[in-house]
Amino acid sequence: MTSTDAAAVPADFAPWENADEKPLIEFQNVTKRFGDFTAIDNLNLQIYEREFFALLGPSGCGKTTLMRMLAGFETPTEGTILLGGQDMAPIPPNKRATNMMFQSYALFPHLSVADNIAFGLKRDGIPKADIDARVDEMIRLVQLGQFAKRKPHQISGGQRQRVALARSLAKAPKLLLLDEPLGALDKKLRQETQFELMDIQEKTGTTFVIVTHDQEEAMTVASRVAVMDHGKLIQVDTPAGIYENPNSTYVADFIGDVNILEGHAAKSDAGCQITWAEGQPAINSNCGTDLSGKVHFAIRPEKITVSADKPTDKPNVLQGKVHDIAYLGNISTYHVRLSNGQIIKAQSANNRRLSRRSFTWEDDVYLSFTDTAGVVLAE
Amino acid sequence: MRRMSWFNVTSLTFGLAFLYLPMLLLIIYSFNESRLVTVWAGFSTKWYGELFQNEAFLDAALVTLKVGFFSATVATVLGTMAAWILVRGGKFFGRTLFSGMIYAPLVMPEVITGLSLLLLFIAIGMDRGVMTIVLAHTTFSMCYVSVVVSSRLVAFDKSMEEAALDLGCTPASAFFLVTLPLIAPAVLSGWLLAFTLSLDDLVIASFAAGPSSTTLPIKIFSSVRLGVTPEINALSTIMISIVAIGVITASLVTKQAIARAKRDEQKAIQDG
Ligand SMILES: Nc1ncnc2c1ncn2[C@@H]1O[C@H](COP(=O)(O)OP(=O)(O)OP(=O)(O)O)[C@@H](O)[C@H]1O
Ligand SMILES: [Mg+2]
Repeated sequence: MTSTDAAAVPADFAPWENADEKPLIEFQNVTKRFGDFTAIDNLNLQIYEREFFALLGPSGCGKTTLMRMLAGFETPTEGTILLGGQDMAPIPPNKRATNMMFQSYALFPHLSVADNIAFGLKRDGIPKADIDARVDEMIRLVQLGQFAKRKPHQISGGQRQRVALARSLAKAPKLLLLDEPLGALDKKLRQETQFELMDIQEKTGTTFVIVTHDQEEAMTVASRVAVMDHGKLIQVDTPAGIYENPNSTYVADFIGDVNILEGHAAKSDAGCQITWAEGQPAINSNCGTDLSGKVHFAIRPEKITVSADKPTDKPNVLQGKVHDIAYLGNISTYHVRLSNGQIIKAQSANNRRLSRRSFTWEDDVYLSFTDTAGVVLAE
Repeated sequence: MRRMSWFNVTSLTFGLAFLYLPMLLLIIYSFNESRLVTVWAGFSTKWYGELFQNEAFLDAALVTLKVGFFSATVATVLGTMAAWILVRGGKFFGRTLFSGMIYAPLVMPEVITGLSLLLLFIAIGMDRGVMTIVLAHTTFSMCYVSVVVSSRLVAFDKSMEEAALDLGCTPASAFFLVTLPLIAPAVLSGWLLAFTLSLDDLVIASFAAGPSSTTLPIKIFSSVRLGVTPEINALSTIMISIVAIGVITASLVTKQAIARAKRDEQKAIQDG
C-alpha cells in the first residue's frame, strides 16, 4: 500500500469549479491581529461541503489561527467568516457544528481514555447505551482497546494523539478541524489512519480541514491543498495542480523537490526561450501567460531524464558530470554539475539492481526534458 | 548525602530554636502539675481534664470552628470566582482596578479592616455575633484564596477548557466538569488557608464579635490578661497539635500524589 494509490474523493468531485455551488465555509477579507502582529492577512477562501481541505505552510504561518477562528476561539479582527451562508461571529464555540482536534491534544487529564472520548457525546443527552457503543467504535477505530481505562498521562504520545482524534470524531460533526492529527504516529499507523479518515469522510460526508506538515499526507488525503505563508494563502489548488502548476517559486519549493533556474524569457515560435547562463543552451518552454523579462524556471527532478548518450528527440538537452547520487531504494536522485557549476537534480526509477546501475560518480551524462516539463514563474 | 558544614548546622539550630522554643516551652508547661506557670512540679495531664470541664472555652472553640468553616467556604467560592475572572476574563473594562482591589486587603492593616467592618455593621444595624464574624473573616480571607487559585489557573492549559466548549459544554459546565476538578487541589489549599487564617485571627474578630459570640483567640487573649493559666497552655497545645497534624497530612498527601504520578509515567513508558 503506497500513499498515492487512492484518492479520497471521486475524480469528478470539484465543487470549487462550479460557480453555482454554495461554499460551506467562506472567509471574506479576514484579518486577524494579535496586538500589532498580523497572523492572518486579508484572507479569502471558500471550502465546500464534503471537501478534504489541507493547510500546508511553515511553522507560525497562521494555520492554527485559521482553525481556531473556524472553531470560534478567535474572532476575526476584520472581515467575516460564513458557515453555510451564516455569519459565525456571534455564535459561541459550543453552539457550532464543528469539532476540533487540538495540536496540543488538550485531553482531560482527570478522565480515562474512554471518558475523554465520551465527553462530547454526554453533552448531547444521548442514551447511555448509544454512547457506550459509539465510544467502543471509536476506540476500535484508533486501536486503543487495551488502554480504554487508562488516564492520558499513562499512555504514550502517539496513543494520546489517537485519543484526541477519536474524541473529535466521536460526535460526527459537520465540519472537522484536525490540527496535525497524525504527526506523532509511525508511518504504518499514519497511513492506516489516513485511509480510515478518508473512509469516514466518504461514509459520513463530513467536511475536513486538516493541518499537516507532511506534504505526502496532504497529497494523499486532500481534495484541495492550500499553501500558506505569513498569514496569506499563496496557492489553493488540487494536489496535482499544486504539484504540477505551482504559481510561485515559493510553492514549487515548498511542495516536493524542485530545480529553480533564474533567467530571462523571450517569445519564440513554439512558446518562449529562457536564457539563463553563459555557455548554456537556452531552455525551450511554453510560458503559458505572457511572461517576459526576469523569470524563474522550475522543473521537478523526476521530469528530467539522465542518459549517457545525447538524446536527439528532446527540445532541451544539458550536459554535465554526476556530482552525487542519493540512493533512496525505489528511486535515485542524481546531482549533476553543469559546466557553469550549476547543480541540477534529476531522478530516475531504479528498475535494475544496484550492481547494474548505469551511472556512477564523475560520469559524463546528458540531462533532457520536454518543453512542457517545467513551469515558468514570475517570482 | 553530603555532610553539612558547622555554619549550616548552627544557623539551622538557631533558626529552629527561634521558631519553636517558645512553643516547646508552652507544650512542656501544659503538662505541669503546679498551677504556677513558671515552676515545674512534676508531670500531669490534669489541666487537659479541667479544660474540658470549662464551658466558656468549649463554647468559644465551637464558635471558632463554625466561623472557620463557614467563612472559609464562602471565601473559597468568592475567591475562586474572582481568580477566574482575573485570569480568564480577558481584557475587560476596569480589570486593573479590580485586580488591585482584590489584592489590597492582603496589605491592609487588620485594625483598619476590622474598624471599617464594625462601622458598616453598626450603620446597617446588624447585631454582632457569629454571622458578623463570618462575614468579616470572609472579607479578608477571600483574597488569599484568590491568590492561591489564580496562581494555579495561570499555569493551567487553556486549551482544555476550549476543548470542553468545542465538545458542547456551556462555559459553566466546562468550568465544573473540566476546570474545577483540575484546580481542586489549589481550591482545597485555599480553603485550608482561609480556615487557618480564621482560626487564629484576633484583631478582626474582636471588632466583629458580640457579647454572645467569643472566638477562641479572643477568649484566650482576655483570660491571659488575668494571668496565664495551665489550662490555656493545654488549650494552645491542642491547637498546635491540630495545626501540625493538618500540615503534615497535607504534605504527605502531596508527596504521595507526586509519587503516584511518577509511577504512572514509568508505566506508560514501559508499555510504549
Ligand atoms: N494568542 C496569540 N497571541 C499572540 N500571537 C499569537 C497568538 N496565537 C498565535 N500567535 C502568533 O500568530 C502566528 C501564527 O500562529 P499559528 O499558531 O496559527 O501558527 P501555525 O501555522 O499553526 O504554526 P505551527 O505549524 O507551528 O503550529 C505565530 O507567529 C504566533 O506566534
Ligand atoms: Mg499550529
